[in-house]
Amino acid sequence: MMRCGLILLAVWMALSGPVLAVQPDEILSDPALETRARDISRGLRCLVCRNENIDDSNADLARDLRILVRERLVAGDSDAEVVDFIVARYGEYVLLMPTAGGANWVLWGAGPGMLLIGLGIGVLFIRRRGRPGDEPAGLTEEEDARLQEILRD
Amino acid sequence: MFTELGHFTLILAFVVAIFQTFVPLIGAQRRWPGWMAAGETAAITQFLLVGFSFAALMHAFVTSDFSLRLVVENSHSAKPLLYKISGVWGNHEGSMLLWILIVALFGAAAALFGTNLPPTLRARVLAVQGAIGVAFLAFSLFTSNPFLRLAVPPFDGNDLNPLLQDPGLAFHPPFLYLGYVGLSMSFSFAVAALIEGRVDAAWGRWVRPWTLAAWIFLTIGIALGSWWAYYELGWGGFWFWDPVENASFMPWLIAGALLHSAIVVEKRESLKAWTVLLAIIAFGFSLIGAFITRSGVLTSVHAFATDPERGVFLLGILALFMGGALTLFAARAEAMTSKGVFSTVSRESGLVLNNLLLGVAAFVVFTGTIWPLVAEMFFDRKLSVGEPFFNVAFTPFMVAIGAALPVGAMLPWKRARLGRVLRKLVPAAVLAVAVAALVWAMQSGRSALGPVGMLLATWLVAGAVTDLLNRTGTGGLWRLRRLPRADWGRAVAHGGLGVCIAGVSAMLAWQQEDIRVVQLGDTVDLAGYQITLNSVSRIEGPNYISTMGDVTLARGGGDIATLHPEKRFYPVAGMPTTEAAINNGILRDIYVVVGDEQAGGGWAMRSYYKPLASWIWGGALLMALGGALSLSDRRYRVAAGAAKPTRAEVPAQ
Repeated sequence: MMRCGLILLAVWMALSGPVLAVQPDEILSDPALETRARDISRGLRCLVCRNENIDDSNADLARDLRILVRERLVAGDSDAEVVDFIVARYGEYVLLMPTAGGANWVLWGAGPGMLLIGLGIGVLFIRRRGRPGDEPAGLTEEEDARLQEILRD
Repeated sequence: MFTELGHFTLILAFVVAIFQTFVPLIGAQRRWPGWMAAGETAAITQFLLVGFSFAALMHAFVTSDFSLRLVVENSHSAKPLLYKISGVWGNHEGSMLLWILIVALFGAAAALFGTNLPPTLRARVLAVQGAIGVAFLAFSLFTSNPFLRLAVPPFDGNDLNPLLQDPGLAFHPPFLYLGYVGLSMSFSFAVAALIEGRVDAAWGRWVRPWTLAAWIFLTIGIALGSWWAYYELGWGGFWFWDPVENASFMPWLIAGALLHSAIVVEKRESLKAWTVLLAIIAFGFSLIGAFITRSGVLTSVHAFATDPERGVFLLGILALFMGGALTLFAARAEAMTSKGVFSTVSRESGLVLNNLLLGVAAFVVFTGTIWPLVAEMFFDRKLSVGEPFFNVAFTPFMVAIGAALPVGAMLPWKRARLGRVLRKLVPAAVLAVAVAALVWAMQSGRSALGPVGMLLATWLVAGAVTDLLNRTGTGGLWRLRRLPRADWGRAVAHGGLGVCIAGVSAMLAWQQEDIRVVQLGDTVDLAGYQITLNSVSRIEGPNYISTMGDVTLARGGGDIATLHPEKRFYPVAGMPTTEAAINNGILRDIYVVVGDEQAGGGWAMRSYYKPLASWIWGGALLMALGGALSLSDRRYRVAAGAAKPTRAEVPAQ
């Protein structure tokens, strides 16, 4: 697949778009369970598709997974248990929201970390800008204290 | 014949671009006026050559010349004319040629409209733009040549992907590329300024219109793509956080930051080094976008190995331009000491916050996009980063931007009193809280998304109105008409962001759906509307066969509309598409899709109630309109007008 991105996107969509994703016969009769099933399947990746959740996908595998999710729910599993069940079989690749475990802290920490660094730099910059005049900045408090120290000696 | 000429002019353009890279650059260094001026001629010549080449490829598509490999793979004689034309850029090679055409177009525009620039700066801008042209022309000629022939031409072509045979998508790539490539102008200006060793207010004024234009095109391009996804893909999703989408979203965010920081350079001669850095990074993200979408490395890690040549070439271009520009930046950053002094509370600080939030937001999108690759390469983990992650990690930054924006937009330059601005915004804040409370009371509980979204949206729109009224001062409402266009542009674009946020949060919070098997004549009740499937018939289109439903939409006994959802099958491509039927309204869309005929009789039908759907794209259009208003402000027109009398004649071919 070496075409332009649009084509990639389109091909991926083509695998999923035209036929309906969730089929009427899959839907559970209990609306509360069905809502939970929909919520869970929105967070699970269709393994044979391109970055698509199983709720939107029409691939056969996605359908199997949707039915599996519903079977576990009917069997009385909690949401977390259903997800664990699927992850145990298909690996963490199915999770569209990666866990924060292991090296993933870098991913989760990237935004807040960058924000803190940026804020620090921004505040320093604005503070410095705030000083009137373009002449070389005067001594900092530390330098001033050090100077006093030296003069005292 | 025509095709060979097109191929030939493309090679000529490559040679001219090499000339355009070196001659003006040397001329500017040695102060030789003739060599500097040669850049303009070269830029215009290059544009004409690439333009001819592009026209030749389009000619091949329109006349269905199936001796060209590209035409065979992406066209069919029965295809409507519009899609024969859009087929030119509906594939890798042709879209690359469009990209090159736009690089050359911007170069030629800089040559024509840049007559008020200092000659050395203009020569250097054109040289850098020429270098970008050289890189992509080489990429096209050596790895993705659109003019390759077939020894044995087939009788007919394989047709364009049916999903691309759509008016929304026909115009999506040209706008997107005008945006992506438009950022190459900001890049060229930044590098030229670094070579000059001089960044001043005038530079800020020259670079801002180009950035603004690129940003407007990018906004429209992204909105078109999202709108297409909404009506074409059959379930009304409008944004998927796909790597390909992120590739266009990151430059949009950075360009947004850049066009704000360029104002500070222009008006206050501050933030210079940062603005130059942003201009470099913005184009860097454009290149990363091109790399992501064309190498396939991120959508599927294994696609990289299937054709490493193109991916490696693009990576080389990225490394060359980013490495070169950043090295230059490191060497010359000293020369860009800022002059303007401002206090902690001032519009300058507000714009620094804007840049910080937009920059970090883009960084979050970037990390999320490349993380699967990094995790697999360095930690041996195969994982996915999808929509739920971005919703959690990205949204807080948008909320912060939305919350701070109306205040920042009204702060005066240099030194401001926060209390004074906040007092003016009290009515807007009260209105926003009132709307949020009303929405909270009306909705059926659970989600905070809707009320928070409406709070932000109202705050932004009311803030934009307050901003405009504030600008009129004591002069009364009639002064609104005499405000500079830049003020109007600012208010419209900021209000547009609010409208867009309202649409997105309403869609995410209050959408309702109904999926079921219906028999002919059955009625579905959805959010107070009655949707009846009357009949389903088969209809022949020009190059497809359609299964078309006839659906009546009614409310409270009165018919509102008749809708025709379709399933089309394109026999040549062997692919089906869904054409959803949408009843557009100001406050809601009703979205109906007909699916497969069921074994036990009846049809699968999905109906959606999509509140404020059109506000998403309406908001994006408002943002683009605000940009256009700002671009037409007098200070840019005066600069352009002053240049006219001295404009050099266009050299003949």
